[in-house]
Amino acid sequence: MQNYLEFERPLAEIEGKAAELRALAKTSEEMNVENEASALDKKAGDLLINLYENLTPWRKCQVARHPDRPHCKDYIDKLFQDYIPLSGDRNFADDHAVMGGIGRFNDQPVIVLGQEKGYDTKTRIERNFGMARPEGYRKAIRLMDLADRFNLPVITLVDTPGAYPGKGAEERGQSEAIARSTEKCLQIGVPLISIIIGEGGSGGAVAFATANRVIMLQHSIYSVISPEGCASILWKDAEKMREAAEALRLTAQDLLKLGVCDLIVEEPVGGAQRGRDVTIKAVGESIEIQLESLKGFDRKTLIADRRQRFLDLGEKGLTS
Amino acid sequence: MNWIANYVRPRINSLFSKRDVPENLWTKCTECGTMLFHRELSQNANVCPNCDHHMNISPRDRLLTLFDNGKFTPIEIPKPINDPLGFKDQKKYPDRMKSAQKKTEADEAMLVAEGEIGRTKMIVAAQDFSFMGGSMGMYVGNAIIVACKLAVEKKCPLVLFSAAGGARMQEGILSLMQMPRTTVAVQLLKEAKLPFIVVLTNPTTGGVTASYAMLGDIQIAEPNALICFAGPRVIEQTIREKLPDGFQKAEYLLDHGMLDRVVHRKNLKEELVMLSRMLMGLNPAIKGDLPKPDSSENNE
Repeated sequence: MQNYLEFERPLAEIEGKAAELRALAKTSEEMNVENEASALDKKAGDLLINLYENLTPWRKCQVARHPDRPHCKDYIDKLFQDYIPLSGDRNFADDHAVMGGIGRFNDQPVIVLGQEKGYDTKTRIERNFGMARPEGYRKAIRLMDLADRFNLPVITLVDTPGAYPGKGAEERGQSEAIARSTEKCLQIGVPLISIIIGEGGSGGAVAFATANRVIMLQHSIYSVISPEGCASILWKDAEKMREAAEALRLTAQDLLKLGVCDLIVEEPVGGAQRGRDVTIKAVGESIEIQLESLKGFDRKTLIADRRQRFLDLGEKGLTS
Repeated sequence: MNWIANYVRPRINSLFSKRDVPENLWTKCTECGTMLFHRELSQNANVCPNCDHHMNISPRDRLLTLFDNGKFTPIEIPKPINDPLGFKDQKKYPDRMKSAQKKTEADEAMLVAEGEIGRTKMIVAAQDFSFMGGSMGMYVGNAIIVACKLAVEKKCPLVLFSAAGGARMQEGILSLMQMPRTTVAVQLLKEAKLPFIVVLTNPTTGGVTASYAMLGDIQIAEPNALICFAGPRVIEQTIREKLPDGFQKAEYLLDHGMLDRVVHRKNLKEELVMLSRMLMGLNPAIKGDLPKPDSSENNE
């Protein structure tokens, strides 16, 4: 059963009708509905192209958060062979919002890290909706250290609404953990590649995405604050999220212009949720190219490249 | 001319102008509500003499109390592009900037200066909470980069006073990118083996806490300062329960191992000097009165 977003409702109606017709035809043999049904299919297809051609920033946010998009776990399952999960921060706990481990990417051993949101109620609660606590960032730090020690490239898959705002998280030093994780990203002498696969939520994303190369999926977002949060602060009305999404310039396309992301991986028509395997494959190819481009650089150069990338940000705006 | 022009009109005018005088002369302590006379308050570095509450202090006043004889050289910060996103909420970003500049008489939310504290060369960066909530945008990022590079060049410690609601939303992702940018700057300082001392003041929250403000070699906070990543209101909405007393206050963080020290503003200067000199391997500072600014200049 397909999950439709609010703006896809007209599409749901047409596709629903086509399905209904076909179901009806199955009950009686003399009915021939294929002509009508395929006309509806065609109409739905056109509408889908139309809807996704010019997604508004707010609609992009909805697509980026779509529950059926491939998540961190899907990418790990498909793209990394011999994956062995590694757990815990050695201090307090293992954070299930953060997946991390060692595996092979096209034979090359790598460390892979990412936030996992979960796919149903049970797993979403288990994963804390992809919102990491300090343990998650400390696990990331530990695995990045491991990568650095054994000269393994690091791939991070970013998909989080943000760091978890909770009592325990604050008491155990949420801000310090994020700051140290960002710091670690900047210190390791191995290639670090980040892919924003869905939602790049604020500091919780930065702690994973301070990379040599930042790749974004076509309909992913990356923002300093959620549109809802921004609307409630600046507009004093959380319902103004459309305006806030517009103003924040959080789409992959705008971030490419600002130099915050280096390249965009195209999604199939109708978003990654309508072509999960194609999307995962495209992301894999993109990682491969970027890894290749960073091959042969020594530690110093990799660190210097990463630092310079961030120091240079802000030289171009969107208005000038 | 006549008595109306000479006497009545000035009286009427003075009636209206007098109205704002008491507001300037008296400040209400935000904690205990005591009305405090401005001179008394400023002599006490904006700490309430009644309840010891540490009120906000402008970067300028902060530096005046800190540097020897109040003498320091402000450092120029490279100006970033103006309004990079063309951001508009209910107000345009450039208009918000203008009114903040008018209100604070400052260019932006951070002041960087160079000088001597306890006869020890230091770079000080102070964030201004009254300037758009001290928010961290590209200017603040540039200021921290300049401060770190200058400390490396002059081989001296950097003392940073943080005060901010977080990142500046009006600069969108570019404000978020100040987290890694400022972290790079702090790394330059650390690689040069120079002390980075952070003094967290009320309030320090969000992306600021989650980057340079938590990366100090020594972490000091002013008493009762709110220090957190997510603010108490956000947490209460998320977990729907009352938070304990003093949650996210400096003393609470000290108890939870997040800080080295909570230091009263009046003792801060002495402690910063002692710490810096020990970390730099210098002799103890000479105690006692420092030479007056005029006499030392005359001697030279």
